[in-house]
Amino acid sequence: MENAPAAASFGERQSRSRTRFIRNYLNWIGRRVLRLTYTVHGLGAFGLITLGVIMTKFYVASRVIHPLIRAQIHRAGVRLLPIVGFVAFALGLVVIGQTVSLLSRVGATNYAGIIMVTVVVRELGPLITALLVLARIGTAIVIELGTARALGEVEALEALGIDPIHYLVVPRVAGLAISILSLTIYLILIALFSGYLFAFLQDVPLRPGDYFSQLAASLRWEDFVLLALKGVSFGVIIATVTCYHGLARPLQIEEVAHATTRAVVESVVVCTLLDAVFIIVYLIM
Amino acid sequence: MKEGAAPLTDAATAIEMVNVTVATASDPNSALIEDVNWTVSQGDYWIIGGLPDSGKSDLLSTAAGLTRPARGIHRVLGREIDQLSEDEKIQMRLRVGVVFADEGRLFGHLTIAENLALPICYHRNCRLAEVQERVEQILDMTGLSSLAYSTPRAVNRSLRPRIALARALVLEPELLLLDNPLRGVDPRQSRWWIEFLSALRSGHEIMNGRKTTLVVTADDFRPWAEQGEQFALIKDKHWMLLGERSGLRTHAEPLLHELLSAG
Repeated sequence: MENAPAAASFGERQSRSRTRFIRNYLNWIGRRVLRLTYTVHGLGAFGLITLGVIMTKFYVASRVIHPLIRAQIHRAGVRLLPIVGFVAFALGLVVIGQTVSLLSRVGATNYAGIIMVTVVVRELGPLITALLVLARIGTAIVIELGTARALGEVEALEALGIDPIHYLVVPRVAGLAISILSLTIYLILIALFSGYLFAFLQDVPLRPGDYFSQLAASLRWEDFVLLALKGVSFGVIIATVTCYHGLARPLQIEEVAHATTRAVVESVVVCTLLDAVFIIVYLIM
Repeated sequence: MKEGAAPLTDAATAIEMVNVTVATASDPNSALIEDVNWTVSQGDYWIIGGLPDSGKSDLLSTAAGLTRPARGIHRVLGREIDQLSEDEKIQMRLRVGVVFADEGRLFGHLTIAENLALPICYHRNCRLAEVQERVEQILDMTGLSSLAYSTPRAVNRSLRPRIALARALVLEPELLLLDNPLRGVDPRQSRWWIEFLSALRSGHEIMNGRKTTLVVTADDFRPWAEQGEQFALIKDKHWMLLGERSGLRTHAEPLLHELLSAG
C-alpha cells in the first residue's frame, strides 16, 4: 500500500514526459514550418526584386555590369568544361552500359535512342549540370557574398549609390542561367557520343547511322524548348537562392558556413521540385 | 520629383534631425540613441564624440540615409529621406560621401585603383580604364599613387581608411561623413588627416576648390579639439550638443573632459 502513491507518481511522470515529448515534437514541426514560410517568402521577394532590377536596369551601367556577366559565364561555364565533360563521358558509359547491352540480348536495340533521349536529354543532363554548377560555383557565391555582407562592403556599395542587387546579383543570375544552359547542351552531346562509343566497344550490333536516326526520331521540338527552359530555370534558381543566403540579412563572419549549407540544401530541393514539375509537363505532352 | 518637394540642390542645411531615435541596421525598432535634434549647416565641421560602442557608427549611417531611424524626421540636403524616390536617393548619395570605420570597407576583390574607378564608371557608364587619369590624380593627391595596383588586403591597415577617403572623394561629395578615421592611425598619418580635412573644408584642389561640409566621429577628442568647429556627444543613449569650439574647454560635462584627456 505504501508503494501505491510512488507507483502513481511514476505513472504520472511517464505520462507527463510523453506529453512533453509530443509538445516538443509539435513545437519542432511548428518551427520548421514557420522557417519554411519565412524562407519561401524571403526567396520570393528577393527573386521579384531581382527580376525588377533586371527589367529596369539591364542597360544601366552596361559597361560595368556586362563585363561582370561575361566574367560569371567564364567562371561558371568555361572553367567547368573539363569536369562536365568528364561526368558526361561517364554518364554516357553508365546509361548505355546498363541498358543497350541488355536490349541487344532481347533484340531491342532500336530502343537505345529513346532511352538516351529520355534519360540524358530530358532528365539527368540538366539536373546533373545544375548540381555540378551548384557544388562548384553556388557555394562560392554564398561565401563571397556572405563575407562581403559581413565585412560591410554591401553597405559601402549603397553609400556610393551603387545598387547591390544590380552590381552583385544580376551578373550572377544572368551568368549562371547562360552557363547552365550551355553546359547542359555540352554534357548531352558528350554523353550521347560516349554512349555510342561504349556500345561499339561492346560489339552491340548498332550502326552509327541507326543510333543517330533513333535519337533524331525520339527528339521532339518540345524537348528543345523544355531543355532550354530547364537550363535557364536551374541557373536562375541556383543564383537566386545562393545570392539570397549571402545577402538577405546581415551575417556575422562565422554564420557564412551555415548559410552556405542552407543555400545548397534549398537549391537542391527547389531544383528537384522544378524537375518534377517538368516531368509532369512531359507526361501531359 | 514629387510635386511641391524641395529640390536636392541649394539646401542651406546639409543634415537635419528632429526628435530622431537612431536604430541599429539589424533591428529597425531598437533605440540606440534617443531624441537627436541636430542641424548641420553647409560648411560646418562637426566632431561627434562618444565612448566605443556608444552608437556613433549607427548615427553616421542614419545621417547618411543608409539606416532608417526608428522615429523622427530626418532630412538630408533639404529633403526628407522617406519621401525620396529610388533615383533621388541615388542622386542624394552621390552628394554625401561616407568613410566607414572597420578599415574603410574597401572592396576586397578589386585593386585600389578599381575601388576608386568603380563609382565613377557605374554612374557615368564607362569602362574602368577610361577614368584612369582622374583616379591617378586623386591617388596622387592623397599620397596613395604607389598602391594603385595593390589589393586592399595587401595594404597596411592604417592606410585603408585613407583609401576609403579617396574612394569617397571621387564622386566629389558636398557633405563628407567620417567614422572614427584616426582609430589605429599613427601620429604622422594623424597629422596628414587633420591637414587634409582642413584643406577640404576650406576648398581643396581635389574638389575643384569647392568647400566640403564635414562630420567626424571620434572616441578621442585630442586631435580634433583645435580643428572642429561644432561639437556634440553621445552619452548613455542620449544626444548632447556641446556647442562651438570656443566653449569646449570650459564645458562641465565629465565625458567631454575624459575624451579630451583620453589615453
